[in-house]
This record gives sequence, structure tokens and C-alpha cells, in this order.
Amino acid sequence: MKKKLLALALALTMALSLAACGGGDSGSNADSTGETGTEENSGASGTAFKVGVIGPMTGGAAIYGTCVANSAQIAVDEINALGGDIQFDLMVEDDVNDAETSLNAYNALMDDGMQILVGTVTTTPALNVVPQAYEDRVFTITPSASGDDVISIDNNDNVFQICFTDSNQGSRSAQYINEHFPDAKIAIIYKNDDQYSIGIRDNFKSEADARGMSIVYEGTFTEASQTDFNVQLAAAQSAGADLLFLPIYYTPASVILTQANAMGYAPTFFGVDGMDGILTAKNFDPSLAEGVYLLTPFSADAQDEMTQNFVSKYQEAYGEIPNQFGADAYDAIYTLYQAIQAAGVTADMSNEEICDALIEVMPTLAVTGLTSAGSEMTWDASGAVSKDPTAVIIENGTYVTP
Amino acid sequence: MKSYFKNMKTITKVDYATYLGVILAFIVVSVCQSQGLVNRSVSGMLVPICAYVCMSISLNLTVGILGELSLGHAGFMSVGAFSGIIAAMGLQSAIPNDLVRMVLALVVGAFFAAIVGFIVGIPVLRLRGDYLAIVTLAFGEIIKDLINCLLVGWDENGLHIALNVDGTKSMSSLGLSENGIEIIKGAQGATGNARIATFTMGFVLIMITLIVVLNLIRSRTGRAVMAIRDNRIAAESVGINVTKYKLIAFVTSAALAGAAGALFGLNYSNVTAVQFDFNTSILVLVYVVLGGLGNIWGSIIATVVLYVLPEALRQFSDYRMLVYAIVLILVMLATNNPQVRTLLGRIIPRRKGAAIDE
Repeated sequence: MKKKLLALALALTMALSLAACGGGDSGSNADSTGETGTEENSGASGTAFKVGVIGPMTGGAAIYGTCVANSAQIAVDEINALGGDIQFDLMVEDDVNDAETSLNAYNALMDDGMQILVGTVTTTPALNVVPQAYEDRVFTITPSASGDDVISIDNNDNVFQICFTDSNQGSRSAQYINEHFPDAKIAIIYKNDDQYSIGIRDNFKSEADARGMSIVYEGTFTEASQTDFNVQLAAAQSAGADLLFLPIYYTPASVILTQANAMGYAPTFFGVDGMDGILTAKNFDPSLAEGVYLLTPFSADAQDEMTQNFVSKYQEAYGEIPNQFGADAYDAIYTLYQAIQAAGVTADMSNEEICDALIEVMPTLAVTGLTSAGSEMTWDASGAVSKDPTAVIIENGTYVTP
Repeated sequence: MKSYFKNMKTITKVDYATYLGVILAFIVVSVCQSQGLVNRSVSGMLVPICAYVCMSISLNLTVGILGELSLGHAGFMSVGAFSGIIAAMGLQSAIPNDLVRMVLALVVGAFFAAIVGFIVGIPVLRLRGDYLAIVTLAFGEIIKDLINCLLVGWDENGLHIALNVDGTKSMSSLGLSENGIEIIKGAQGATGNARIATFTMGFVLIMITLIVVLNLIRSRTGRAVMAIRDNRIAAESVGINVTKYKLIAFVTSAALAGAAGALFGLNYSNVTAVQFDFNTSILVLVYVVLGGLGNIWGSIIATVVLYVLPEALRQFSDYRMLVYAIVLILVMLATNNPQVRTLLGRIIPRRKGAAIDE
């Protein structure tokens, strides 16, 4: 018995010390910088804007959340280093990509005095958090929650997106395909238990129908059946499709590419932003992705100075190449910076005052960012962004503008 | 009066103490809330806590009292949540009063969950062994997939329902009129719900659940159910209709889970079918097991503590689920440790009597 108790006590001590390490460890990207931020600011210009980030830091979608948090931190550090009147204090909370936890995370941030929300990272949690933020009048700018409902739910006026809405991605893809492959016979394979995939497919189809494009086959799959696509691929092949539109995430897409190659079926593959990450997918031969088109606002290989600066800083700090979610978050912070400058709000105002002032100026802004492909991002009053879509083609393992 | 309490059975005392504890907790939290002492994290968790408390009490009826393992309790919650949301959203124009609509939604949620529970229970409860566990597990998955295909809208002509099985239908195929509202959009779930659930409503639901479950357990029916749990052959030999009593307990449990689901669903503006998956069922089962099988007040306390714990551990950041798991293990070890038990027994001499089902 005594041995058991001793073992337990030891296990507990270890866990606690681990947890303590954890606090310090992740603090380096969120908490501790927040603290040092306030220290600096209390000396310089009074207080800083308290900006909250909600996203999945753990769990299956953690890649997206951590990249958003890290990139937002890079942007905040850059802005704080300028030493101007506008200082940010970044607070990050985890929502595990779960709608229920996301609302809890939001409430925790509100207890900590959040004034502006950058989030949420994913759509489903956003649909829970956004109505609450609308009710509380917290200005919300989401880097990557692309659902159409995110900016329209409850007729909200305080939510703005950095990414394209799903409907925009669908119709822009149809537009691009129509312009570049006018005679294509199109097959679509999409995931019919996923809002993201359904949303893009619905809008792609309606735009394609309006343009008189020929869709010869549509196949579906679900979370449970995303390991085998032979049936869908054979059907697409026998329907004579020469362009395969894949509004899905990269994991199932990598399976599709592999199986299509195995059966000797080689149409043009066309993906959307969820395809971002295909080159680093697990158990996937990246050479199979050669010639794949994808609609993405950000490519880490772009040669412009802004992208180079961001990517090298990110690599230095976190040892990885940032994805498009991170670029969206970086742009979100800079958009916020410009909006605050334009509205002239200060950090001692309440979140209601900040929200109303920022809503006023958002439609007047024009922001050049990582994800705007050299053009400028503008917003309409509904919160949807307008920027040029870019399609890239994968050549020699990198994204190339065709 | 004094002699009344003295002559009361210990079990009855524990039941009254449970009611009293819940009422006291409600009063304390309400007073704190009106004084502004409760921060947002806590007040945001109140309604889900109420919903999960009802869930674990109702699951305890199936697992603890009836002795059958149910692994699809979240499925009943899902049925209740979505039928409750349809009722609340569809009646928005007919009944503007939030409270009336909320009560109606709870009733509708309970009703539909009861029907589904009946359908699932009839074939399965006649079997012996662990079949209920397997079938409820499958049931939870089936409900999830069905709701993923379900399209529901409402306009002045009534309810429009379509089942999008082959993925070719969308909201436009419902043919809603201009002022129609889209209630359930397949895999996107129900978005833009009216958030009309309140803490008071949650408290009332817990009280109703408690009254139903405790009275059922202490009644003739409840004794029959427990007799079946303890020895099926003996129960059959004294003329107890096994299937009937099993069904009574199971359907009651499903109906209460449905009401809890309706409360839960109407607290969020977005509810999707995947939220009520296998993991949610297991989560509620963990609450029940850690609270003690057949121990109703234990379920309540375990639910509150275990729901709040991951949120309270937010400062541990990435390691909070690790700490959560360690706490779970410690609780399991501590409550089964004979030394801790004798220690507790010394502090609370009446504890032996308090353990209801021993």
C-alpha cells in the first residue's frame, strides 16, 4: 500500500512539474509575451489593446490554431516594437475546435478584459462565439473562419473576415476554371458531412451552372469513408471527366491523388485552400501532387519582401514554414492596426466604443497584406473581404503562379 | 415534527438532502449572480452544467439502477436537442413568449427522445448480455448520420422537411417562401438558434429530473427494476415482467436525456450533429461512474466538478488534459481505497447508510 502511495505521489509530482514546464513553454508564444507586453506598455503609453485569439491549440486541428497564434504574435511583436501609441496585448485561449469549449474560451477572455477578438480560427466554433460577441459588442475579425454564416448570422455588423467566404471560394474556382479550361468536363468529389466542403461545392455548382459549364459527375464521401475513393474515381473516369474539382482538406485529397495514380487516371486536379498542406501530408509521395492547381491566397515561396520577412521570422522562431492560416492571422493584426489608426480609438475605451468606431472605418480601409496577392483587401459592410483570388500550380514541389 | 424526521428512513433522508442541496446551490449561485460576484466563465457554464447534470442523472437510471450499459446516451440528447430547436424556432411567430416556447421545446424534446428510446428498447431489452451497449452505440452513430442528412425549414405553410441522402438536395429544394426560416441545414447543423435557455430553466429541469428519477427508484416499479438488475431469474420467478420494467426505466431515461438535450441545444446559437458523438456519451458515462453507480447525488457532484475542471485548469495550457486525466485516476483510486473509506467513515459515522445501493 505504502509503495502504491509513494508511486502515486511521485507521479503527481512529475505531472505537476511537467505542467509547470508546459505553462512556461507555451507561454513563450502567448502568455509570457502578453505579460512582458504589459510591462513595456505601462512604462510607455499607458495601456495596450487587449486582443484575444481563440483557436484550436490542441487536438486534431491544432496545426491551424497554433499557426494563427504564432503568426499573430509575430505581427504584434512587430507593431509593439515600433513603439507607437498603438500597442497590443495578445491573449490566446484554446477551443479544441469544439463549439462548446469555444464559448467557454470566449467567456474566459472576456473575464480577462478582452477588447477585440481575432478569431475564431475555424467555422463551427465561430458560429457559437460570433452571436455572443455581437451581443456584447466586441469587434471581431476572423483570420480563417470562412463559413458564409460567420458574417451573416443574427445579421451581425461587427464581424469581418480576412479569408474568402466559402461561397466566394466556390464561385471564384468556377470562374477560374471557366476562364482557363473552357472545355473541361468536370467531376466533383466532396465530403458531405462537412460544412466547409458542402458550402464550396454548392456555390461552385450554382456558378458553374450559370456559366454553362459541364459537370459530368459528382461523388461524395464522409469522415468514415475517406480512405477509399476507387468507386468515385472509376465513376468519374467512365463519365469522361478531365478535370477533378476537390473542395476538401488535404488528407483525403492525398488519398485521391494516390489512388488515381494507381489506376492510371490523370485528369487535372483542382483544389481550394484546404488543399494547402498537401506537400507535407503524411504517407504521401509529393511527386504525385505535381501539376495540381489550387486556389490559395498565400504561398510561402512568394518572392515579395513582405512574405520573405514573415516566413523567415516564423521559421526562426518556430522552426516551421507557416501555412495560409498564419498569413491570414498576420494580416488580421495589421488590418486591426490600420483600422485603429483610422478610427483613432485608444486602449482605455470600452469594447463597445472600440467596436462601433472600428465598424465605421472598416469599409473605408484598403490593406496590402500577405494574402492579397499584391493587390489591396477591402471590405463591404457585411464583413466579406474583396481581394484577388490566386491560383497556383505545384511544380517541382513548390507553388508556382501559372 | 422531530419524531417525523427521526422515523424517516436513511434513504429518504438522503433523497431530501439531495433536493435541498440542489436548491441551496441554485439560491447561492443566483444570489452571487445578482450581486455581480460570478464572472462570465462561470455564468456561461451554468446552463451546460444543468444539461449535463440531467444527462448523468438519467443515464444513472439506465446504468446504475437498471444495470444495462448504454453507450449512445448522447444520441437521445441529440434527438431532444434538434426536435426542441425545431419546436422553438417553428413556433417563434406563434408564441412570442420565450419561457412558454422553452417549456414546449423541453416537452417536445423529451417526447421524441422517448419515442426513439421505445423503438430502440423494444427489440434490444428482450435480449440478455451486452447487446444494449452495442445497439445504443450504433444508434448514436445512426442518429448522427441521419441528422447530417436532415434539412428542415419553416414558413407560413408549415414545416418543410427533406432527407438529403444522396447529397443532391440543398436548402433551396425545400421550397421555402421568402419569410421562411432555415432551421436545420444538414451537416451544418442548426445555426442562428434563439438562445432562450436560462439557468432558472436548467434548475427547474434538474428538479423535475430528480423528482421523476428518485420517485421511480423508490416506487414499486423501481424495486422491480432493481430486482431485475440484481437477479433476473429470481425476478422472473416471482412474476415480474422483465421487458416491461426494463422498458419503463430505459424510456424514462431517454425522455429525460431528450429534455436535457433541448435545454443544451437552445443555449447555443449553433448546434451540429457531430457534437453529440460517441465521445459525449462516454463523457456522461464517466460522470456517472465516478459519481457512483446508482448514486444520484454522486452523479450531480461528479458532473459539476468534472465539467468545471478542464476550464479551471486553463492555466496549465497544453497540459490541462493530462492533469484532467490524472485527477480522474486519483478520484477512482481514492474512492476505492479502503483506508480513505474508513477515514471518511470515522468523520461521517452515518456514511455506511448513505451508500444507497450497497
